[in-house]
Amino acid sequence: MMRAVSAAETAPTSYAWAVHAERLVVRAGRHLAVNGLDLALGTGVHGLLGPNGAGKTTLMRALATVVDPADGRLSLLGEEVTGRSDLRRVRRGLGYLPQHFGFYPRFTLREFVEYMAWLKEMPKAVIPGAVQRAVERVGLADRADSRMKTLSGGMLRRAGIAQAIVNDPQVLLLDEPTVGLDPEQRLHFRELLRELGVDSCVLVSTHLVEDVAVACTDVVLVNEGRLVWQGSPAQLAEQGGTGDAGDSAAERGYSALLRAHRAQVTA
Amino acid sequence: MNTHPTPVLISRYAAGGAGVDDATVWAVEAHLESCAACRALLADAVGPATRDLLDLVGDGIAAGIAAGPGPTRRRRLRPTGVTARILPWLATAVGLILAALAFEQTVRSLPSLVLLVAPVAPLLPVAAAWSRRTDPAWELMATVPRRGLWLLLRRTLAVLAAVGPVLAVAGWLTGHSPALWLLPCLAFAAGSLALGGLVGVDRAAIGLATGWSVAVVLPSLAGRRLPAVLEGGSWPGWALLTVALTALVLVRAADHRRLGAGRI
Repeated sequence: MMRAVSAAETAPTSYAWAVHAERLVVRAGRHLAVNGLDLALGTGVHGLLGPNGAGKTTLMRALATVVDPADGRLSLLGEEVTGRSDLRRVRRGLGYLPQHFGFYPRFTLREFVEYMAWLKEMPKAVIPGAVQRAVERVGLADRADSRMKTLSGGMLRRAGIAQAIVNDPQVLLLDEPTVGLDPEQRLHFRELLRELGVDSCVLVSTHLVEDVAVACTDVVLVNEGRLVWQGSPAQLAEQGGTGDAGDSAAERGYSALLRAHRAQVTA
Repeated sequence: MNTHPTPVLISRYAAGGAGVDDATVWAVEAHLESCAACRALLADAVGPATRDLLDLVGDGIAAGIAAGPGPTRRRRLRPTGVTARILPWLATAVGLILAALAFEQTVRSLPSLVLLVAPVAPLLPVAAAWSRRTDPAWELMATVPRRGLWLLLRRTLAVLAAVGPVLAVAGWLTGHSPALWLLPCLAFAAGSLALGGLVGVDRAAIGLATGWSVAVVLPSLAGRRLPAVLEGGSWPGWALLTVALTALVLVRAADHRRLGAGRI
């Protein structure tokens, strides 16, 4: 299904980066999960890589305006995000799939995505069409009228992606979107990512280096709340030598960069 | 176009338009779009191969329509999730009021329990409607632009609209002045929204309910008399408090839209 493009969408933007963080500090409880991170993301698909506890989810939550940054600067779509700012305009341009995607079990998939579209302040007239389009894009059109509690794990993940993309967000944040997807669905999802990355800023957090190497235009590597490295998947593959752990060039590059960063921190 | 193309011209057009100039083809085409009689002539003029092809396409589309999903019923958006989620809490609040009513009707020696629980009974569902613990999609709700005072007010008013009639019946059966149960109820609801901007609506509501129970309900049960704040002459004070707190809620509307408002 096609969608009409409004003049506002094609207008040039007045900001350099869709997501811009400078010395960003975000707390998760008492722990500084993101600690002085500098990041600038424009249009494209950015893969966020890092070991467990690197601060990926906390960073995602800060970018999704769930938690308040403790220090540093964060601007989304050209607007400063602070504890005091009115985030309405920014939030209209956001799509977010949380790591733990909570849903209402008695809703059908269509009702849930419609409800999210309403909460995202989409005009009432465009909601039914946008919902159908989002559901079709994640390949769940035949289950649109099933209740959420009858969906399998992989289907729920895709339902989460559908609610995130329903408002055609300019900044799309997907936290572990490929968990529970079977190989065929992952291929389909990579295709969708490439499509979405053409005109919006997509940040995908994942453990799977392979997903990033194939589907992303840009790789962001974080460790212990800091940016370790940013570059293209090809550059990531070049980082690794034959002595590094990993089954593919991208994985070897990933472990080489992490090892170098850890050595630098302890030195 | 007023003049119909001749049958000869139509059959030439059907055969592919050979020997007819482009301008005439366009004119015939434009006419066919709006003239059913000439379309019937065209249908007779086309060859059997074309007719077979058209039948095949027609059958394919009809089969696709018959096998595909039916058109989705157009219906009003139903944000029913909240309602379903706070239903148990609503039931608890209603149960509390009914229990108070039953006690008041049977045990005459106690002060009016209906008046004592009226201010805090609706706070329970109000807290549930805006709480992280009861909302499975809380993390998503925290990121949507509609999150803010108006959504909160919608839910609060819905709760009051559900609990209010029950309170009204209880108040009418016990013969209390509406000002003595309605105004404290509204004042406490407004108070939990105002305080909720700072500490979270659920915490504010639970704090206020606990405070009221400890400071007013228990002493009056122990002393077996209604407290001064619920005596007949106290309603102007409650009215003033309600108006002041509502104004405070509206002035501090931005509190509910802030980052991490009502967090954790």
